[in-house]
Amino acid sequence: MYTVAKLHDYSAAALQQAADELLHALEEESLAVKGEAQLTLYRNRWLGRKSGILTQVNDEWLKAAPREAKREAGQRVNDLKSAVEARVEAVLAAPAGSATAALAATDRSATAPVDVTLPGSRRPLGAEHPVIRTMNEIVAVFAAMGYSTGSGPEIENDYYNFEALNFPPNHPARDTQDTFLMAGQESLPRRERRLLRTHTSPGQIRIMEKQKPPVRMVVPGKVHRHDTADASHSPMFHQVEGLAVDKNITFCDLKGTLEHAMKALFGSRVRTRFHPSFFPFTEPSADVQISCIICDGSGRRGNEPCRLCKQTGWVELLGCGMVHPAVYGFVDYDPAVVSGFAFGMGVERVALMKYGIDDIQVLFQGDVRFLQQFA
Amino acid sequence: MKISLRWLNEFVALPCDLQSREALTGLAHDLTMAGVAVENVAGDGGDAVLETDITTNRVDAMNHYGIARECAAIYDLDLPALAPSLPAAQGAHDVAIEITDAAGCARYTARVIRNLTIQASSPEIQRRLQLLGHKSINSAADASNYTLLEMGHPTHAFDLDRLQGGKIVVRRARPGETLKTLDGIDRKLDPEDLVIADAAKPVAIAGVMGGFDSMITSATRNVLIESAWFDPVTVRRTSRRLGMHTDASHRFERGADWGTCPVACDRVAELLLTSGAGELCGSAIDSIARPIDRPTLRLPASEVLRILGLDIPRADIRRILTRLQFGFAQEGDTYVVTVPTWRLDVESNIDLIEEIARIYGYNRFPSTLPTFSGAVNPAPDANQAAKIRATLLALGYNEAISLTFISNADAAAFSRVAAAQVANPINEETPAMRTSLLPGILDMMAWNLNRGVSEARLFECGQIYSSAGPETSEQPAACLAQTWDALLASRDSSERISPADANAATIAFRRFKGDIETLLERFEHATLVYDAAVERAYYHPGRSARAVFNSVTVARFGELHPRLQEERKLKQPVYIAELDLAALYKVAPHQPHYGPISRYPAVERDFSFFFPAEITFQKIRNAAEALGIEHMRSFDLGEIYRGKNIPAGQYSALLRARFQSDQRTLLDDEVKDWSAKITTALQGLGGQQRV
Repeated sequence: MYTVAKLHDYSAAALQQAADELLHALEEESLAVKGEAQLTLYRNRWLGRKSGILTQVNDEWLKAAPREAKREAGQRVNDLKSAVEARVEAVLAAPAGSATAALAATDRSATAPVDVTLPGSRRPLGAEHPVIRTMNEIVAVFAAMGYSTGSGPEIENDYYNFEALNFPPNHPARDTQDTFLMAGQESLPRRERRLLRTHTSPGQIRIMEKQKPPVRMVVPGKVHRHDTADASHSPMFHQVEGLAVDKNITFCDLKGTLEHAMKALFGSRVRTRFHPSFFPFTEPSADVQISCIICDGSGRRGNEPCRLCKQTGWVELLGCGMVHPAVYGFVDYDPAVVSGFAFGMGVERVALMKYGIDDIQVLFQGDVRFLQQFA
Repeated sequence: MKISLRWLNEFVALPCDLQSREALTGLAHDLTMAGVAVENVAGDGGDAVLETDITTNRVDAMNHYGIARECAAIYDLDLPALAPSLPAAQGAHDVAIEITDAAGCARYTARVIRNLTIQASSPEIQRRLQLLGHKSINSAADASNYTLLEMGHPTHAFDLDRLQGGKIVVRRARPGETLKTLDGIDRKLDPEDLVIADAAKPVAIAGVMGGFDSMITSATRNVLIESAWFDPVTVRRTSRRLGMHTDASHRFERGADWGTCPVACDRVAELLLTSGAGELCGSAIDSIARPIDRPTLRLPASEVLRILGLDIPRADIRRILTRLQFGFAQEGDTYVVTVPTWRLDVESNIDLIEEIARIYGYNRFPSTLPTFSGAVNPAPDANQAAKIRATLLALGYNEAISLTFISNADAAAFSRVAAAQVANPINEETPAMRTSLLPGILDMMAWNLNRGVSEARLFECGQIYSSAGPETSEQPAACLAQTWDALLASRDSSERISPADANAATIAFRRFKGDIETLLERFEHATLVYDAAVERAYYHPGRSARAVFNSVTVARFGELHPRLQEERKLKQPVYIAELDLAALYKVAPHQPHYGPISRYPAVERDFSFFFPAEITFQKIRNAAEALGIEHMRSFDLGEIYRGKNIPAGQYSALLRARFQSDQRTLLDDEVKDWSAKITTALQGLGGQQRV
């Protein structure tokens, strides 16, 4: 049961705490009051002239207060007095358990309503970048299919970016990957010369060097190509590379894997088709198209021609193929025993498509108004 | 590469109605699905043109006859061989061909035509060239271009009378030699360049461009036609060095057809003779320095199944390879396949398997999933990286990605390492790989402030790079930035703190530091200390700090130096933080540690003091903690204030000690005693208790 404690500390905070404790007890006890006898007891306990709680408060808190704290303590005690008197009177008028008490309780909870249509005061929440978000989604889709995640340096050397991926020196295939070269590399042998990796494919080599088959791995990351920035090009972008090598992995497995992944990424209605392409490190090589996610492959949006797929119903999404046997030669795998496939997709392309963004540059401006749309 | 359908149809009888748009679309689709990507079908009827995008390995398909060969394989059609028809030759030619560099030139075929009249080509040739985007020049140049479009082999015609000594020598350029090429530009030649020379001097850069002085003009009467095979690497090196990418170099560097040299030569001669009279002189000159042998491959049927996963009928395989004009035989379960001279890209069995698969049709293969057993391992730092990212997102920072290129001035201003330099930057002003994430994030802050977004919070995680001589290295870093307005805003704009408030800087700094604390405390640490030893000139010297985590500096943070704020035209102060993720990734994420919660009540006591400005909170806390009060659980700052009613050079602080025991309820008297000790200690620091 509540008792009035002596006060040692007359700071505002301490006074407040003491007052809160008292009012809490007043409220608790009021709920337990049943019948006339208890009503009287309740009234005397709080308002009794000789040793009622209010009287004790007056003695213990106010009279005992040091001179400098008197004024503030006096104010507090006066406030408490009115609060206690009001509450006791209310209980006398409508004892707990009576219909009037129930009503009084309701009334109390209805006092000083707030305008609930006011907007909430929010804690700002940061937004994931759509490219990182998309990249993580792609990685998660493949993780669910048994793919571990690897990484590799963004400044690569010629060996990993080209040579071990079966791009011979002075081969026109290198032209398709306009490369940023690092300066001051003349003293190094050609294969050690640094460049900004043009694809995440070097990750394949780095994985296979370290690990014997079976291998299932995706390598997400940043890549650079010597492209002037415009609405659809950026000299810096992101890719996710994938690799699966084991005994008896076939072209049919490649098709099935990517079909499944595309459905997981874009929805089960998405269709996939493959047509021949060329990458030095895969053979057979393929480009993969998916049915346009905007127009669902119809080529039209209502009466308008679909802009994303240019009315073809299909959009180019990724490159893939069976790992070229020459690549196995660089990592000491036996191409007569193992086979596998590799694929690579541009993350920005997927993100632009998924969110209907028509300018790649907005991804790299850090505009909070843009980013907050992804919160 | 543009392909005229009428022209194509002269080689193979296409199994569709060329007048039908639908049929043309179908043809385009079939070609695309077989590896000849048709991007568009322009025009219709006799003028329909396929716009194709041929992959770099398929130089054999960059011409009409090559596409006809693809059609023959796709639709199982007959394809007659190319056989130019020439009149009987008159007399003998007196031209000598000498190949002194067999590595650079494997074969040189030539024809001589005399008493020719150079004039305009026939209307049909002109029409076709124009349709396919080529300018008609004269009968000689057009014959060469027409042959290129038709069968893909580059040829060249010289004015024979301009060749000194009536002689062709294929050799490397000599030091100091120059040549004015057809485009009128004087080229300095390198001893690596392969040239066509006469008895005295170079007259063409082999496989790239002919010389100006031996060019065919309307005055030309006698012509030498060249049809040769040049080494791809040699042509590519020269064409790149001179920045000359021509139709010829494009083919040669991808590998021309050694076997077709005489056919192309004859085809040009045929066209020239048809359009401009003249006499064919002597027989074909065919100088072979070395043969380009194509392999005979032995492809086991089982290998096709092992790679493709589908047992393609042998009849289909035979049909596909023979229609592509590979030599084909079967020995038991092995296909014996001879690769034609135009398919330099086909070198091994896997290349044959691709040929089979692409003509069979990729989309006819079933889809299966490989079996798998094994564990899935996330990236080594994935756990820590995800924790940092999730914390920053929850703290309200938006994730940003900035470009990786910065200026050398920024590299010098924001880091102490040597920046790795890009040899061929797109923008000369930003040739360095970022050594810090700050230049990028400050640019993005400026972008936002310039567009009226005054409350901006951004973070970026990414690699930063450095170099030491030719060696480069990179490491992960994170960077945070927040505008002053964002820091001082409250959730209800009514409570926003005025920047003019004497306490604003303290409030902003504390809020920003709170984010850093929240982030760092998600990692296990024995010690985590903050001090002012930032030692980076781009921070405001009085409003920046570093965090030392297990004695490693893992973060620096604070207000951007006002000078830099001005230089970068930032419209308000910006708070920035740099985190060394490489160091944080070495640390385990925070592990929950359970401790029982005391059953006894805690007691709090407040201390309201004035302190001189130089007394730091660290000193105050140290003084309280130095008392060694056993049951003091914490000693924290409640409130701090400067300004109105506070004496100059001082500040007021409300401090709060919290006492609690696990064994018993604390006694009033002992709490009173401890409080008195704390008060004395604070007074010892020069603090003055407020009454």
